[in-house]
Amino acid sequence: MSARGSTATAGRNWTVGLRTWVQGLVPSGQALPDRQPVYVASWIYVFGVLSLASFVVVLASGLVLTVGGSLWWHTSSLGHFVNSMHLWSVELFFATMVIHLWGKFWMAAWRGERALTWVTGVLLFVSSIGTAFTGYLSESDFTSQWIAAEGKDGINAIGVGAFFNILNPAQMLLWHVALLPLAVGALVVWHVILVRRHGVVPPLEASAPEPARVGE
Amino acid sequence: MTPGLVVLAGRYLDWGVISISVTNAAIIAAMVVVFVLALVAPFPHDRDDDGERRP
Amino acid sequence: MATVTRPAAGRRAPRTEWDSHDFPTRHYDLVKEFVIALVVMTLLTAALAAIFSSPDDKAITMARWAQADPNDVIATAAGELAGTTTSATYGAPYNHAAEGQSVLGVPLQKWGGVRIPVSSQDLVLQPLAGVRGDPALSQALGTWRGSTTDQQKSWASAYVDALDKAGGDPAKVATGDFGPVPALAAGLLSVARSGALEGALTSAGTFYGGDQTRSVLLLADGAYLEDTAVAQHLGGDQWGMMNEVGNYPGQPWMWLYTFWYQVKPFSTSDNADAEVWALMMLLTLLLMLVPFIPGLRDVPRWIPVHRLVWRDYYRRHPRT
Repeated sequence: MSARGSTATAGRNWTVGLRTWVQGLVPSGQALPDRQPVYVASWIYVFGVLSLASFVVVLASGLVLTVGGSLWWHTSSLGHFVNSMHLWSVELFFATMVIHLWGKFWMAAWRGERALTWVTGVLLFVSSIGTAFTGYLSESDFTSQWIAAEGKDGINAIGVGAFFNILNPAQMLLWHVALLPLAVGALVVWHVILVRRHGVVPPLEASAPEPARVGE
Repeated sequence: MTPGLVVLAGRYLDWGVISISVTNAAIIAAMVVVFVLALVAPFPHDRDDDGERRP
Repeated sequence: MATVTRPAAGRRAPRTEWDSHDFPTRHYDLVKEFVIALVVMTLLTAALAAIFSSPDDKAITMARWAQADPNDVIATAAGELAGTTTSATYGAPYNHAAEGQSVLGVPLQKWGGVRIPVSSQDLVLQPLAGVRGDPALSQALGTWRGSTTDQQKSWASAYVDALDKAGGDPAKVATGDFGPVPALAAGLLSVARSGALEGALTSAGTFYGGDQTRSVLLLADGAYLEDTAVAQHLGGDQWGMMNEVGNYPGQPWMWLYTFWYQVKPFSTSDNADAEVWALMMLLTLLLMLVPFIPGLRDVPRWIPVHRLVWRDYYRRHPRT
């Protein structure tokens, strides 16, 4: 294809449109930069990546659990250990995510067009709680019975129980292993893209950066 | 209470209206401690950090 | 090196703050940071799992219920037939027996509709209909089915009251006009003891029984499930939503949701579930919109925790 043809069709070429959109999501060089602004120098910055890493452990332990089926962990010591890893990775996921949230709040990290990053973070927190809830309902143990019996009143009270039946473990298991992890995963991707798109928020009341020096 | 219940609750801390399991309290306390440590602990710098690069 | 670039200039409003791309930079290895984080979290998870394990309290079977508290099974069966149990008087999504909860007068529960119809009488009658070789039970079922609704209700209610007066013990119930109800209740206890009740409720007529709705409703209509949970400190008024059996970690992130159930007006409200949900949705919305709410978004400026986070930067770049 000649350069001229490419230019002529660019305006209505869907592929070019998608490519341009994808390329514009994150400024060039900012997807995986090897430098960060000088003010990125605190342990509080690692809690975002720690919650991301915990999420990977949650997904991995959950995937191993799916291999043995929904009752595997009751009958196998290996299955029970993987279940324990799934539980503890969830506890670590929430703990690191909440510390990350505390940190970002005190940094007022929503400044400079970063409000959507904050909003997607809160959505992640809420959808993670929903995902954990369906996990408890999928345990097929006493906890599942009690949470289903007690939790149904909350879900039914707002009319949602008619469609999302928490007394039906088959429905809850599928939400837990497919729909909700996909939703949380998509939100994670969106959140991380926004973080890379806008860069790390500068310090509150930062003095004006020194102007760039030519040739450096 | 039903007769024949053999289950035992874990340990709980009760303070007025608040009732929390020792394990949950320990997790929340650990989170607060880790948060404070993250704020005050010195963050390691690379050797070349003094050579800040201007944009 | 072109690793740091400014985003294209464009629709940006006049800036009041300097943005990240205007600042000097330092080496930072994001990939190395992630890999180390992944290794640390994997090892930490494995260590916690190995040391503290996870709970696996067996689910309560109907046979265990019948064994541990047979009188509770009898009382629940009588209640289902009389229409006095929780599920029989529930409303949407199971039946039309009640209006259900509302928030600020909005009947959300009713709007959800009766999409999972459950007949409480059938929770007792259907398992019994499958029993073979028990002429007395078959006759009791026949008598029940051949009677008017009013007669059924009268028998069952009388038996519920009589059980209540006898302290729940069927053996001490005074004689009365209970019709076939005592035989039906005893029949359900017998099916429960045999271990066949779950199957009769969840997979009768369908080989693959994956939906436990009717089993859980029946079990929850009795007292045994809740008593077991309360003994484990899992009751709704015990902050149970964030607790777990034994000393295992629960869901600490549910602290605020479960807190509301412990205090008035929610602890005494008939609409507590709907009200607490609405309140939590409102608070979640507030958290989500913090960046746009004057006052709330200024808290980090007033309480300068950020001075700790960026102390190194502030020391090197004092305000001019």
